[in-house]
Amino acid sequence: MAAIIEVDGLVKTFGTFKAVDGISFSVGEGTIRAFLGPNGAGKTTTIKILTTVLAPTSGRIKVAGYDPVRERTAVRRAFGIVFQDPSLDEELTAHENMQLHGVLYGVPRKELRERMELLLRFVGLWERRNDYVKQFSGGMKRRLEIARAFLHQPRLLFLDEPTLGLDPQTRSHIWEFVRGLSREQQVTVFFTTHAMEEAERVADDITVIDHGRIVAEGTAASLKGRTGSATLEDAFIALTGRDIREDEATPADRMRMMRRAWRGR
Amino acid sequence: MRAVWILWLRQIKRYARARTRLIGSLGQPVLFLFALGFGFGPIYARAGGGNYLEFVVPGIIAMGIIFTAVFGGIEIIWDRQFGFLKETLVAPVPRLAIVLGRTLGGATTAMLQGVIVLVICLIAGFRIHHPLLVPLAVVFMFLIALVFAAIGTAIGSVLRDMQGFQLIMNFLVMPLFFFSNALFPTAGLPAPLRLAVQLNPLSYGVAGMRDALAGTASWGMALDLAVLGGMAGVLLGLSSFLFSRIEA
Repeated sequence: MAAIIEVDGLVKTFGTFKAVDGISFSVGEGTIRAFLGPNGAGKTTTIKILTTVLAPTSGRIKVAGYDPVRERTAVRRAFGIVFQDPSLDEELTAHENMQLHGVLYGVPRKELRERMELLLRFVGLWERRNDYVKQFSGGMKRRLEIARAFLHQPRLLFLDEPTLGLDPQTRSHIWEFVRGLSREQQVTVFFTTHAMEEAERVADDITVIDHGRIVAEGTAASLKGRTGSATLEDAFIALTGRDIREDEATPADRMRMMRRAWRGR
Repeated sequence: MRAVWILWLRQIKRYARARTRLIGSLGQPVLFLFALGFGFGPIYARAGGGNYLEFVVPGIIAMGIIFTAVFGGIEIIWDRQFGFLKETLVAPVPRLAIVLGRTLGGATTAMLQGVIVLVICLIAGFRIHHPLLVPLAVVFMFLIALVFAAIGTAIGSVLRDMQGFQLIMNFLVMPLFFFSNALFPTAGLPAPLRLAVQLNPLSYGVAGMRDALAGTASWGMALDLAVLGGMAGVLLGLSSFLFSRIEA
């Protein structure tokens, strides 16, 4: 199976703080990969680098066969993304948000019209297409963002905590939808989450990152087996420790992390 | 470029839908029109300056334009906070196209704002000397708008939150407005002040508009067009550069 994401020795430093510390992994085309780790482990930094919005300090990366630093536009055309925080224009309607995306990605007019209807129907927002996004609930916005991410037929979809703050009904609906489209259109999915049961249920493979390093990789079953844990949550804690992490690392946190790194943990 | 067009359209739609903001931003120029235009009128006439309303209207139009234009550019900060900026940053279009779309959109809305102020001034008693030159005045409005929208885009690319907004307004936009020929004639000014006015690109826009609307001849419209056009080009380049350095 060909790899759609190849990362080799990726490092990203902010000042003296190593957010990503030499990670290597690859993701096979058409698979669903969960990228797990405690807060501040380096997940979002890695996704930002893969999606061309942050430059790596060093390392070799290929996304859909292109280099995210030197072949930005080709990489950007190949992926769709749902960010951790909403990224819709609330002053526009659902339809206008889709339209804007389609035009930015150069989707031909006729195809754009058809795909917009197909996707908006799929996420159950077709009837609400002419309503302003500011009138939507959190779940509706998420559904719209996912529909939008599929609009230009990406080969690869990044989802950064896509189900954060959603109720179980919406979560299960969203995963059904993502899984369905992934299988149907051979779209690779690379997602982060803190909900371990989601990772276990949805992902083919799991990569666990902590302190900027990959600490484990494999199927949910193999991670549980290796750590002798009953659940993936226990396996995750066995792999990453019990310390509680701060979300946004303050300078003091970074120093603490550095000190820990010095002592070799 | 369809990308430039769709981002331009977005700015227009946002402007048209934010009615309260539209009306709110008309308040300031209208206030200046009545307080200054009519307040200083008698003394200006007695000093031999002629009709002050006729003199100050282009300045007041410029005021209506520059605040809307700078604000349109600074909206990038809003987009950053509400997340929409990221959607454009990962799109497969050059950053230059994004800057152009946004800035042209902001400039177009600011120009419309200028036209609305002009209409209000006409109702208040302002007279146009050469109706045929009105399109030229609108060109000057657009160029002023473009210069200030580009300034706004440049600032919005650098600032992370709205806390610096007041600073920009009070230490950049307000001085550019007051140290121009918008409210008073340059003849007889103290030398440092006159130099400031002459170095200020806004002065060339106001002079051009004044010549087109009131039929005067200040500095020559060719010079005005050249200075404004050049400034717009330089500032668009600067704002594209600053925008391209944004990392999410």
